[in-house]
Amino acid sequence: MIAPGRPKPKPTPETKHFWDGAKEGKLLLQRCGDTGKAYFPPRPFSPYTGTRNVEIFQASGRATLHSYVIHHRPVPGFTPPYAIAVVELEEGPRMMTNIVECEQTPEALVLDMPLEVVFEAMDEEISLPFFRPVKEGK
Amino acid sequence: MLGRGEIAIVGAAESTRIGAVPEMSQIMLHADAALNAMAETGLKPSDIDGVACVGPMMPQQIAHYLGITPKWVDGTGVGGCSFMLHVRHAAAAIHAGYANTILITHGESGKSRINATPRPPEPESLNGQFEIPFGPFGPPTLFPIPVLRYMKTYGVTHEDLAMVSVVTREWAGKNPRAMFRDPITVDDVLNSRMIAYPFRILQCCLVTDGGGALILTKSDRAKDFPTKPVYILGTGESVETNMVSQMKDFTSSSAFRVAGPTAIEAAGIDRKDVDHLMIYDAFAHLPMYGLEDLGFVKRGEAKDFIREGNTRPGGKLPVNTNGGGLSYTHTGMYGMFALQESVRQMRGTAPAQIPGAKISVCHGVGGMFSASGTIVFSNERP
Repeated sequence: MIAPGRPKPKPTPETKHFWDGAKEGKLLLQRCGDTGKAYFPPRPFSPYTGTRNVEIFQASGRATLHSYVIHHRPVPGFTPPYAIAVVELEEGPRMMTNIVECEQTPEALVLDMPLEVVFEAMDEEISLPFFRPVKEGK
Repeated sequence: MLGRGEIAIVGAAESTRIGAVPEMSQIMLHADAALNAMAETGLKPSDIDGVACVGPMMPQQIAHYLGITPKWVDGTGVGGCSFMLHVRHAAAAIHAGYANTILITHGESGKSRINATPRPPEPESLNGQFEIPFGPFGPPTLFPIPVLRYMKTYGVTHEDLAMVSVVTREWAGKNPRAMFRDPITVDDVLNSRMIAYPFRILQCCLVTDGGGALILTKSDRAKDFPTKPVYILGTGESVETNMVSQMKDFTSSSAFRVAGPTAIEAAGIDRKDVDHLMIYDAFAHLPMYGLEDLGFVKRGEAKDFIREGNTRPGGKLPVNTNGGGLSYTHTGMYGMFALQESVRQMRGTAPAQIPGAKISVCHGVGGMFSASGTIVFSNERP
């Protein structure tokens, strides 16, 4: 379980599927019916063409480290220093996350390193998608 | 179509004091600056017929507090560059005949936080769902998120980024109102307290109290005022996303690339004609992004341009001559203070005056990289 104090997201009608998927350990994205391109964050229409013809699909969970900061000041629910990262998903969209099972140092956090999604529960309702380094040989 | 130089700034003033101003609440910082701007122009509240300030429900608070009955208002609030957008919207409104004399105000008790704007995280917002749960806590944790990608893409070093703070402090040393004036070195920057890697405290803006106000009218009326008019040659604005994680390109701002060139093209100037440049520097990377996205240098060349001394005192393109958000003041929405410095430079009254400066470009950013506004000023009417 995630340490208490971390701000908890509150799903809306447009994002509920994402958080329901996260609870089941699935990273759900949406795809534009016109272009086939994936997008994030969730909305029931395509940001590329405006079409409401979109579908939800499960992402591979593979990503690379796009950029980050390592925060050194205390924040409720977090133990500094901790990295606030943006990862680029294999399907194209980027998302903010934390990098787990990894030292929170510039030496360990190398841009473009391969990552994979892992979910951790805040409570019965919300699980957050985190990313961890892909182990060698995998 | 709004003509180049058709509208002028005839009043421009900051609050009487900036920095730590615990004797004033936020609304009084607005009013103090507004009264100072009206005093230098000889205008009374009853002479003002348009009001702009940041945020929902604010124009009515400011208008009523000052005793103004406006026939035009603008509450555009897109972060610290909102005032650039107010200038743009006000110029269009005066051109259209919606108002004759428009007052734009800013006040923020960023340090003392007396009646300050609360910033509650909204857990149902997209930021609240997809950014805040991962630990960002205010601009120092969000604004620098693209920096490591920018550094890797263009081979920018920590020393290059530190130079921005060093040069800005050089300018601050010439300004008695700047909060920090002592010279600093690259080593000082790189040894200062870590805030959010890769940025240390000397690469983050100040947090201060202060206010500012501008008064705009038709340039044809400018001779009625005792102040030297500063003409608006061109303006631009844009927004991208208020989620930094969703910026399309981490090495460049879409909002910058729209707002800046729009203003420069509307002004009908060449970049080499620019004598003075303000780039809102909430954090040390912003002058680099601004120089590149506005086309003063090619992508990836800002580090060399700054290292070679072009933006420092005596350089060919002086940047952030008041000492910037990094060393002069930063209330939370610094754009008003960048505009004030452009006006001072065009009036010839800046503490670090650029001799003979005729064209000033003032470029703002708001809400991390989410919004941008750019104004091109001149002290000569085309």
